[in-house]
Amino acid sequence: MELLLIFIIGLLHAAGIYMLLRRSMFKMIIGLILLGNGVNLLIFLLGRLVKGKPPVIDEASKVFTEIYADPVPQALILTAIVIGFGLQSFAIILIKRVYKVLETDDLDDLNSTDEEI
Amino acid sequence: MKSIIFQTASKYLLPLLLLFSVFILLRGHYLPGGGFVGGLMAAIAFILYSFAFGLKETKSIVKLNPRYLMPVGLAVSILAAVSPWLVNLPVMTGLWYDEPLKLIGMVGSSLFFDIGVYLVVIGSTLTIMFSISETI
Amino acid sequence: MNNSWIVLPILFQLVSAVVLLLTWGNIKIQKIVSILLSAIGLGIGIWLFLLIYNHGIQVTQSGNWPAPFGITFVADTFGSTMVLLASIAGFSVSIFAAGSMSRARLRFGFFPLLHFLIMGLQGAFLTGDIFNLYVWFEVIIISSFVLITIGGKKAQLEGAIKYVALNLLASIFFLIGIAFLYGLTGSLNMADLATKVQEIDNKGLINVTASLFLVAFGIKSAVFPLYFWLPASYHTPPAAVGAIFGGLLTKVGVYAMVRTFTLIFAGDVFLSLILSVMAALTILSGALGAMYHRHLGKIFGYLIICHIGFMMAGVGMMTELAIVGTVFYLVHDIIVKTNLFMVSGLILKINGTQDIKELGGMYKSKPLLSLLMAIPLFSLVGIPPLSGFWAKLFFIKGGLESKEYFLIAFIILGSFLTLWVIAKVWSEVFWKDAVNLPKKSKGIFFHELSSTGKWVLVLPVIFLSIISLYIGFGAEHIVSLSQRIASELMNPASYIETVLSQKTIEP
Repeated sequence: MELLLIFIIGLLHAAGIYMLLRRSMFKMIIGLILLGNGVNLLIFLLGRLVKGKPPVIDEASKVFTEIYADPVPQALILTAIVIGFGLQSFAIILIKRVYKVLETDDLDDLNSTDEEI
Repeated sequence: MKSIIFQTASKYLLPLLLLFSVFILLRGHYLPGGGFVGGLMAAIAFILYSFAFGLKETKSIVKLNPRYLMPVGLAVSILAAVSPWLVNLPVMTGLWYDEPLKLIGMVGSSLFFDIGVYLVVIGSTLTIMFSISETI
Repeated sequence: MNNSWIVLPILFQLVSAVVLLLTWGNIKIQKIVSILLSAIGLGIGIWLFLLIYNHGIQVTQSGNWPAPFGITFVADTFGSTMVLLASIAGFSVSIFAAGSMSRARLRFGFFPLLHFLIMGLQGAFLTGDIFNLYVWFEVIIISSFVLITIGGKKAQLEGAIKYVALNLLASIFFLIGIAFLYGLTGSLNMADLATKVQEIDNKGLINVTASLFLVAFGIKSAVFPLYFWLPASYHTPPAAVGAIFGGLLTKVGVYAMVRTFTLIFAGDVFLSLILSVMAALTILSGALGAMYHRHLGKIFGYLIICHIGFMMAGVGMMTELAIVGTVFYLVHDIIVKTNLFMVSGLILKINGTQDIKELGGMYKSKPLLSLLMAIPLFSLVGIPPLSGFWAKLFFIKGGLESKEYFLIAFIILGSFLTLWVIAKVWSEVFWKDAVNLPKKSKGIFFHELSSTGKWVLVLPVIFLSIISLYIGFGAEHIVSLSQRIASELMNPASYIETVLSQKTIEP
């Protein structure tokens, strides 16, 4: 399972960076979304994968004695997903506005703020 | 989409989905669910309705501008978050009523926090969806 | 010390934003309410600062979860000073915005967003949890995204695309760093991390994690080679937005850098070498960019980069004296940069252009205002006894102490080039004879405003100028404050101890 996740994470990062390096604005956003998903999986993997051991203590004992699934990475991923949802929906609306105003999807045409002195 | 089957179905689905979103909101404390998911479901119910009947019709059944749900929800959440200050505890501490109520279950400050989140999510999602579909 | 009220600055800004959202659309009420609420926010900032200054570090565990498990809010001297500075900047920008922003822009919800932005800043300064810091960063950037596009002019949208893309990338780097840190230590509490990271033997992994944080904070604070989004976007939004961005947004990156590199990744030789090299190149490239440009907004944008380099240099030297310099410079820079962008907005309002070749004769036509504008301009250069001078003195002293001669050379070079740029701006805008201006910009000019309208624009500039004069002439207070902050930062034992010793409170 770990090995599979590692390959998926690598693939998502590679695909995300490839998309970021394209010239199209829309593909850039897709790249950022892919990267975001890759990072969420990375948090999941680095929080250690434990199968079927919920972090629930028996009524009798007071501390964990066995290995258990860490709930924190899930909370982190959930937060990151919610934040990502907000940022990505904003970014999509933004590129739509930019496309309407500037009538181009090519990032190379967006350099007037850089070129003028 | 002017399909009779879809329109009839979404008419009945809207109240069902809204009811289900409240159910998801209430079970959220110990089971999967909660304000965010519930709010998204309620928003999806309206979005489904707007697919079937169009934006105008949906706005007429939502009645109030969804933008105002955001401050109201935030205010509910803030009140729930700062309520522990009254008993000298740090913010966001869960204060619980001892006995579970019928139907709703345990009631506490985190439930009200979640209700606030629910309202904010409905408000913001509907605002985003309305403003996107208005300009298309 | 346990004090559950230290989150008040954050919550108060949230409440202000909610109140302003409820009055959506009614601009007149929004203006008054926003100014009043930010004045109260400033009061809360002063209260928190005095509380920390007199009683030491205060901690609260949100949700009553004991230290390494819950989210901790810590107000130490550094954090509370930054909270105070953010409230000062927020107060003056809210007044300036009430006078300078067009109605169309205000109607899109400028004021609620301003308060959301300041809430994010306060949260970032007060949190003691690295993931929570990420969340506050996201609150900051999402409000800044909307603020930078507000109004939707062509140049703004273009700048916004670059700003949004690079900042999203920075968040992703930050998140990768957090994932590594959590995988290595199993903790997110910064005080807990500080102890756990020191125990890890594999220094290579720590260096990789630290570099990820460096890239993330480097993009946010615009250091060399990661700054290209800043000059492309900061001059595009209106001056009030530029003021809050230029004053605070890059500084929050510096704050995060100082915090993590003194607390979590303390004493990393590899890192401080990289930081020093980046600092030197940042100073050089920022200064050269400022020399080349003619647009006031762009000149000030490049000067931000140049001066971020100074603060980075202090972090790179990593001695107590250099950190004193960094903190002092941070205090000085937030006030002065906020003021400078407001000054550039004022110049635009008076003359209708920001191109220094087309400007001129300001000193002849508006002598008193010109003198007022001279204060932030020359404080920035650091002409003694104005505020920039003392910070640079500490950088140089710190550099001599740790024998970082090449960094000192770059700092002096950077100061000279800043002087050159400001002298150029002064002679072009204020001393040169007036050119007949083509009426470019639409909207109301300064001389057409009513006298209240004029005062609303000038008062925040006066307010911030008085503060920067105080920083310059009352430097001993700021120096002793910076020394206290630096000694807290370099000896984090009391911070760690205060955070980790807090247990659950029984009701």
